[in-house]
Amino acid sequence: MPGTRLMSARDLGRTLDRMARQIVELITPDVPAGGEELRNEELRNNAGSPEGRFGEGRGLALVGVQRRGVHLARRLSGKIREAEGAEVPVGALDATLYRDDVGAAGGASGSGAAGAIRAIRATRIPFDITGRDLVLVDDVIYTGRTGRAALDALMDMGRPASVRFLVMIDRGLRELPIRPDITGRTVSTLAGERVHVRLSEEDDREGVWIDH
Amino acid sequence: MSKESIQNPQPKIQNLNRRHLLGLSGWGAEEIQLVLQTARRFREVLERPIPQVPTLRGTTVATLFFEPSTRTKLSFQLAASRLSASTVSFSKSGSSVAKGETLKDTAQNIEAMKTDLVVLRHPSPGAPHFLARHLDAALISAGDGAHEHPTQALLDLLTMAERFETFEGLRVSIIGDVAHSRVARSNVFGLRALGAEVTLCGPPTMLPSHPAGLPGVRTTSALGDALDGCDVAMALRIQLERQDEPLFPSLRAYHAHFGLTRAHLDAHPGLLVMHPGPVNRGVELESEVVDHERAIILDQVTNGVALRMAVLYLLAGGGAEDEGAA
Repeated sequence: MPGTRLMSARDLGRTLDRMARQIVELITPDVPAGGEELRNEELRNNAGSPEGRFGEGRGLALVGVQRRGVHLARRLSGKIREAEGAEVPVGALDATLYRDDVGAAGGASGSGAAGAIRAIRATRIPFDITGRDLVLVDDVIYTGRTGRAALDALMDMGRPASVRFLVMIDRGLRELPIRPDITGRTVSTLAGERVHVRLSEEDDREGVWIDH
Repeated sequence: MSKESIQNPQPKIQNLNRRHLLGLSGWGAEEIQLVLQTARRFREVLERPIPQVPTLRGTTVATLFFEPSTRTKLSFQLAASRLSASTVSFSKSGSSVAKGETLKDTAQNIEAMKTDLVVLRHPSPGAPHFLARHLDAALISAGDGAHEHPTQALLDLLTMAERFETFEGLRVSIIGDVAHSRVARSNVFGLRALGAEVTLCGPPTMLPSHPAGLPGVRTTSALGDALDGCDVAMALRIQLERQDEPLFPSLRAYHAHFGLTRAHLDAHPGLLVMHPGPVNRGVELESEVVDHERAIILDQVTNGVALRMAVLYLLAGGGAEDEGAA
């Protein structure tokens, strides 16, 4: 029933470790020669200052796309806390209301055959996104439509300094010019196939599977 | 997320398998819970810097009010605009044309305008059902005669759900002109579907002659009896403008027997007071009760827009959830 396994729980964990490091590198200004130790020290110094990349009221924040993107964002925040001693806030975003396949836009108007109604999940972003460097986190990127919807939703909530896009699985077959900045794994898929990221917070197993 | 899951479990169903909201009669607990949960999401949307989402762009909502109404109509129009739908509004005096004819004419006009959702208030019970049969559009009743007022009842349920963990065993007393109240009927259907216990209270002239039509409810003409062990007292508006055939001797006599007072609130320390508005101060509720912290009448108003957004959203689609992998 689970299809073919693409990633085990251990693969997921290792990939998250790597992506957490990539997030820190992405938002860290040019590291002066001298290497790792100096950079960490700089990060720690910045952690307490409002100007820092991990500062209060601005700096880095993660926004997970409901549902599993939220769990991934929480895990990434935890890993950055362990590695850098910095607290990166996490928000949850549901982009359903910005989708292009909901309501009249998703079907013929007045015919009763409009787009699918989807259950709306919580949006809870407990910080002002204006001026922040955001990393949007989702489990799978496919057509790019969810990413587009999430970006539009974010833009209506404020004016972030930058938005980066992180996904666990890039399965290709894009329909919009949306591209992740950090990718866990790239997989070639066919349109009829389904990719499932399963996480212990939400599911009874952990890993990535593909149904053919 | 985990905290919320405990308080507001994700409904087991993802969409309404319905085209219309004509009344709450026949609605099940899961359907009602889906509407309430969706409304909670829209409450959050209304708190955003831009309290509007593009979801229903390109959708047209027609509001047809054949009865005077300011608040319900405004609430629907605001809900539609928060979802980026466009609205058209019909108002008819309705006095010069026979009702059946008017409605059929109206139906044809609506067809011609290609509206997707129709919100109808009409003095004749069953008018929404009639119109729904003649239209492709989804129909939402905003009140039909003394029959039903489903969105009012749903926003009442949403307001109660914010205060109590479960409807199971919740005791609600509906007080006033129950027999002629569409708000009461819709609330009875909704509350019973969710497992609440309902008591109807009013002078015998105002209680339904066939309570069997409202299954599982208790009736009483003693206010003290209705308030005993009660969690929520929902006072109904005395329709002063409809008293052509008096159902009680005087407003003062009504207030003396069925008006909620400060003394009642003091005697029942957990009791919450609701009212669909507008309140006749000194009739259904003593003025002090209206302003009491346990009167949650303004919460009802606040919930009105979010609830109506939920109804518009859920009825605008009608398709099935695609649980596809991103």
